[in-house]
Amino acid sequence: MRKKGKERGHGTTPRKRKKFRRDDLELFLISLPTVIWYILFAYIPMMGVVLAFKNYRLVQGKGFFGSLFASDWAGLKNFEFLFVRGDFLAIIGRTVGYNLIFIILQMVVPVALAIMISLLLNKRLSKICQTAMFFPHFMSWVVASYFVFAFLSTDNGLITRFLHSIGIDYNFYGKDANSIWPFLLVFLNQWKTVGYNMVVYLAAVTGLDRTYYEAAMIDGATKWQQIKEVTIPLLKPTIIIMGIMAIGGIIKSDFGLFYQATKNSAALYPSTMTLDVYIFNALTQNNNINMSAAASFFQSIVGFVTILLANGIVRKIEPENSFF
Amino acid sequence: MRKKKKQDWETGENRFMQVSKPVNMVLSIFFIILALCCFVPFLFVVIISFTDQTSIFKNGYQFFPEKCTLDAYITLFENGASLINAIFISVLVTVAGTMMGVLLNALMGYVLSRKNFALRKAYTMLVFIPMLFNGGLTASYLVNTQLLNLRNSIWALILPVAVNSFYIIVFRTFFTSTVPEELIESAKMDGASQLRIFFKVVIPISLPAMATIGLFLSFAYWNDWQNALLYVVGDQKLWPLQYMLMRIEKDIMFLADNPYLSDMTMAAMRQNLPEDGIRMALVVITVTPIALIYPFFQKYFISGLTVGAVKG
Repeated sequence: MRKKGKERGHGTTPRKRKKFRRDDLELFLISLPTVIWYILFAYIPMMGVVLAFKNYRLVQGKGFFGSLFASDWAGLKNFEFLFVRGDFLAIIGRTVGYNLIFIILQMVVPVALAIMISLLLNKRLSKICQTAMFFPHFMSWVVASYFVFAFLSTDNGLITRFLHSIGIDYNFYGKDANSIWPFLLVFLNQWKTVGYNMVVYLAAVTGLDRTYYEAAMIDGATKWQQIKEVTIPLLKPTIIIMGIMAIGGIIKSDFGLFYQATKNSAALYPSTMTLDVYIFNALTQNNNINMSAAASFFQSIVGFVTILLANGIVRKIEPENSFF
Repeated sequence: MRKKKKQDWETGENRFMQVSKPVNMVLSIFFIILALCCFVPFLFVVIISFTDQTSIFKNGYQFFPEKCTLDAYITLFENGASLINAIFISVLVTVAGTMMGVLLNALMGYVLSRKNFALRKAYTMLVFIPMLFNGGLTASYLVNTQLLNLRNSIWALILPVAVNSFYIIVFRTFFTSTVPEELIESAKMDGASQLRIFFKVVIPISLPAMATIGLFLSFAYWNDWQNALLYVVGDQKLWPLQYMLMRIEKDIMFLADNPYLSDMTMAAMRQNLPEDGIRMALVVITVTPIALIYPFFQKYFISGLTVGAVKG
């Protein structure tokens, strides 16, 4: 963005105030399909946020817009319903809570792993481990849920059977398992993301200026001291910025993790029902468009505000890394 | 190149930066364990897919099964019309979607990289705003089903995934930094249209960017299940592999959650449910293409990220 400002300052635009030339027309035409995509799949839904304030009913033969205009205004009633039902606050709390744990872990675990793997003497082994740890990133949650199922399945799962053999009958998808799923979810989140994040941080670690290390060595620093006094301080800005950026998404939850990896088991809702699962269930299972629209609206607005906040903070500390 | 690196590594100076042998040993073991944690679940599923159903009944899923068999795969392909169809849908959606997506994103990225374009500012906003704000699931769902009539249409699996602001920014950054302005100007002097310039000049020198985004897109399409779950539930002919897996899972859960169903319904449902081995074989078929491909393209995923991080 700053670069742009510079250009403007120098006034280097080759032609003066632009008219719509032939060139522009051609560029307009070749990008038209993408622009139409944006209108249909991004901007019309954006206008759909008014749904949250409507009592939407599909009127036969009137289509979406017709029905939208024809349906009554509901004022804040949809939100009232949402908040009067006590569990909506719990759902928000759960969403934010899980995200906070994920963000903190994401700021610590992959960084530690990246530093550690950069120390391996055998570079071949290091490459193989990186590749293997990258694997979960490419798995969909549907597939991952089968991996989980292989261990936890009620009839045949490896762990379930093992517990059974030592005399414990445990149903991982039943009500009692609510105490264990928060840990499982955190574990699964780490399982899926840690390899990828580690490789990203590893690029940062190997990109650090080697002269710092040489200087540290001349001063007689041990490897551990080098990590503590050189590597971590140099990585700190990156870590903080990644963390703050992640806070921008604090109201969004990974739908696949909470819905799919838990097999949408109703018994587990007390530990798995996050905002995205709630919106999805309200929309498709309970067919309650108004509630789900209100919850969607809430998520969009809060998400927007948190992104702006996160970006604002990053711009304060490290303008070059801000998102916009 | 490689040789030089090795020498560099072995020179005395560098040896000081290395950890001691025992520490290296501990770290190596630690990372081998981590790597196994990430990969073994898949291996386990592969083993289950080769396990005989009777030993599953007896012992549950095991790493070292009593009896192995190819039955699951044979059954799948012998009476697997629905499987073949799901594979076909998954492949079709991935190929068509990736081609369309690369084209749409690259064209927009190219247009945004033209500094003289009259609408450049407006278009930048157009691409940028959706990264900050979106209408949410409910609005998208209603627009897609009631306005665009995408329910039970193959387009519901293709269109929503095709364009992504992040991909466009990657393209724009790539075009601004690697395609020389003079090249485009000279083509323009020769009277080439922008469309022609894009296809004849820009694309041939932008293959790395195309490959990167193509990979992102093809993995996104192959792994997509949310759009299937939202839009094509009603038409079995449109189920991709991922959704077929979900559906089987759902039926299993249904059986487990409803122990009071009449025996008749239970028996009928159980009969329709594929056996454990077959389910896992389906997972193996879904995962194998990715597992075989990604190690070779891993670096593109990382480079794509760093390219996207550069602001223009």
